Amino acid sequence: MSRTEILTGNQAAAEGAKLCHIQVVSAYPITPQTSLTEYLSQAIESGQLKAEYVRVESEHSALSVCIAASSVGARAFTSTSSHGLLYMHEQLHWAAGSRLPIVMCCVNRGVGAPWSIFNDQQDSISQRDTGWIQIYCRDNQEIIDTLIQAYRIAELVKIPVMVCYDGFVLSHTMMPVEIPDAETVDAFLPPYHAHTILSPEDPRNINPVTFPWRRADQDGVMCDGYMELRYKLQTALEAAGETIAAVGRDFAERFGRDHGGLLWRYRTEDADVILTGMGSIATEATMAVDALREQGIAAGVVGLRVYRPFPKAAVREAFRDARAVLVMEKDISYGYEGALCSDLKAAFYGTEISAPIHNVVAGLGGRDVKARELAEVTREILDRIAAGQPEGPTTWLNCRTDTLTE
Amino acid sequence: MPENLFKVNKEEYMLPGNRACQGCGLSLGYRYILKALRENTILTIPASCLTVLHGLYPTTSVALPCLNCTFASTAASASGLVAGLNALNRGDITVVAVAGDGGTYDIGIQALSGAAERGTDFIFVCYDNEGYMNTGTQRSSATPMGALTTTTPIHTKQQNKKDMLKIMEAHDLPYIATVSPAYPMDLYDKFVKAKRIKGTRYLQMSAPCPPGWGFPPKDMVKLSRLAIETGMFVLYEVENGRFSFTGRSKTLAEKGKRLPVINYLERQGRFRKMSLEQLSQIQRWVDGKWNEYVRRAETN
Ligand SMILES: Cc1ncc(C[n+]2csc(CCOP(=O)(O)OP(=O)(O)O)c2C)c(N)n1
Ligand code: SF4
Ligand SMILES: [Mg+2]
Repeated sequence: MSRTEILTGNQAAAEGAKLCHIQVVSAYPITPQTSLTEYLSQAIESGQLKAEYVRVESEHSALSVCIAASSVGARAFTSTSSHGLLYMHEQLHWAAGSRLPIVMCCVNRGVGAPWSIFNDQQDSISQRDTGWIQIYCRDNQEIIDTLIQAYRIAELVKIPVMVCYDGFVLSHTMMPVEIPDAETVDAFLPPYHAHTILSPEDPRNINPVTFPWRRADQDGVMCDGYMELRYKLQTALEAAGETIAAVGRDFAERFGRDHGGLLWRYRTEDADVILTGMGSIATEATMAVDALREQGIAAGVVGLRVYRPFPKAAVREAFRDARAVLVMEKDISYGYEGALCSDLKAAFYGTEISAPIHNVVAGLGGRDVKARELAEVTREILDRIAAGQPEGPTTWLNCRTDTLTE
Repeated sequence: MPENLFKVNKEEYMLPGNRACQGCGLSLGYRYILKALRENTILTIPASCLTVLHGLYPTTSVALPCLNCTFASTAASASGLVAGLNALNRGDITVVAVAGDGGTYDIGIQALSGAAERGTDFIFVCYDNEGYMNTGTQRSSATPMGALTTTTPIHTKQQNKKDMLKIMEAHDLPYIATVSPAYPMDLYDKFVKAKRIKGTRYLQMSAPCPPGWGFPPKDMVKLSRLAIETGMFVLYEVENGRFSFTGRSKTLAEKGKRLPVINYLERQGRFRKMSLEQLSQIQRWVDGKWNEYVRRAETN
C-alpha cells in the first residue's frame, strides 16, 4: 500500500532512492542537498536500506565511486548542488561517455563567485553538454516519482540521469507526498543488469585510449573509433525522448500519476500567450496565468520537464498556436541570453512558429520570483509586442538595473 | 636465489607487444606485479604511461580486467569498485589501483588520502618515474632536486622530492612497501603478502625511464640497482608501523657500504646541469633519510 506523508523535497528524494534499491551511494555535503545525504546515511546505518555508503572526501570522488560501482554492476546513486556539481564536471563526461546508468539528484543552487547558497539553475544548465539526461521537477511528488522513473530510463537507454529540483523552494519545503508501495515499484523497475560488467571472468580494458579512426580487434573485426562512440551517445540521447515519454506513461498507468513525460501544459488550449520555464518557476507561472486570465489575457504555461534530450518535436507541437512566447528561466548563458530561450528559438527555426519570443531571466541567486511579478512582466512584454517589438532585450526580473553601484 | 624462481606464477598477464618504451622500468616491474596478483583481481588506472602500456581500443596487452579512470580519481575509482563488489557479494576480488607519481603525489593525493583514511580494502601502487612522462617529462613533486625536465628546462628542479611514503605512513596503514624492478623476487613477495592483507596497502615502485631520465634502455636494471646502492631508493616495508629493510637495502644497512649519489646521478642526462651545491644538498638529503631508516630499523 502506498502511504502519504508530509515531506521536504530532499526527504522525497531519499524515499525514492530507497525504493529503487540503490546499492552504492556516494555523496558529499553541500547546501541545499546536504540533508539528502543525511537521510540516506540514516537509512543505511539503521539497516533500513541495504547499500554501501562511501563517505568520500569530494564530489569528484563521489561520482568516481558511482562510475566504478556501476561498472561492476551495482546500482549507484549520488546527489549534489552548485559547486559540487561543477567539481564533478570531468566525471559527468566520464559517466556519460561510459554509458553508465547512474542517477543523481541535482538540488539546484546558484554558483559563485560571489558565494550564494540560494536557488537558481545555473549549476545544472552549465553542465548541459556533458551527455546526461536532465529532468526538472515541479514539486516533491514529482521528485520521488521522477527518481523511480530515472533508474528505469537510465538502465534502458544506458545514459545517466540528473533529476533536478530547486534548492530550498522544493528541497526544504514540506508538501504531502504519496510514497508508492515497494512491490509496485519493484514490478516497474527490474534489477540492474550492466551492459558490460567488469569482472575477472571476462577481463576487459574499459575506456582505454581510443583513436579517431576505427580499429580491428584481435579477430579482425572492425570496432568503433572515438567519433562513432560519440555518435552513438548522441543518437541514444535523441532516441531517449521516446523512452522517457513511454516510461512516464507506464508509470502513470501503474501509479496513477502523470507528470507529463517530456513537458506539461497548463491552460494552453486557447492560449495566445505561452509562458514557459523549468522547475518551480514554471509552477509559479501557472499562478501568474490564472491572474492574467482574470484580466482577460488568454495565457497558458508549457513546463519543460526534460531539458536534455531537448524535446524538439514536443516543443514544436506545444507552441504551434502561440502568438507570443515568454521564456522564464533561472540561468544565463553569459554574453548571450538564457540557455532555454536559445534552445527554444532553435527548435522553432524552419517551422511555422513565428511568435515573438521574449526572455525573462529571473530568480538568480535566490532573488524572489512571485506569480504577481511574472504576470506583470508578461503584461509589460505584451505591450512591447503590441508596440511592434517582436524581440526585446532579455528582461532581468526584479533586478535593480537602474541603481547599480560602481 | 634460483630456487625462488620456481614459486613465481607461470601465468603471463602482460602479453608480448605492449606500447611502453624499450627498457621501461614500469614495464618490467608491472609484469611481476601482475604475476603476484593473479586472476581474481580488478585493476583501475588513471591517465599515465600505464594507460598507453595497456593498449589502444579494442585491443589490450594486459589479461586482467581494468577500468580506466580520470587522472585525479584513481583511489576513488578503486573505492567504487570495492563498494560495488561488496554490494554484489564479490568482496573476494582484489581491487588494485596503479598510478604514476603524478597520479599519486600530485593530482591524485586527495582521493588517495580519502580512500586510505576510510581504510578502503584495496592495494594502491605508485610507480614512480619521477615526472609526468606521458605528457613528455614535466616536473612532478616526485622529481628529485637538480633534474632537468621540460618545465624546469634551464635551472633544474629546485626542491627535494616529496616524501610520499611518509605521508602514507601518517594514514596508519597495515602495509606499506617499496619495490624495484631490479629485484623482482623482493617485489613478488611483497605483492603476494599485500594481497593477503586487509585494508589499504600502499606499494611504491621505482620506475626508471630511459627517455625521461636520459640513459640507454639497456642500462635500466643497472640504474635501478645503483639507485638502491646509493640510497636514492630504499627497499623496505612497514607492517602495522614496524619498519624493516628488505633485500639489498637490508644488506647495505647491515654492512654500511652505501655508494655516493654521484655514481647514480652521473649516468643520467637529466642531472647534467645540476650544481655542486645541489649535489651536496641531495647527498645530505639522502643521508638524512637513510639515517632515519636505520634508526627506525634498530628500534623495531
Ligand atoms: C585532469 C588532467 N590533467 C592533465 C592531464 C594530462 N596528463 C595525462 S597523463 C599526465 C602525466 C602523468 O604523470 P604520472 O602520473 O607521473 O604518470 P607517467 O605518465 O609519468 O607514467 C598528464 C599531466 C589529464 N589527463 N587530466
Ligand atoms: S616514457 Fe618512461 S615510463 Fe613511460 S613508457 Fe617510456 S620508459 Fe616507460
Ligand atoms: Mg610519472
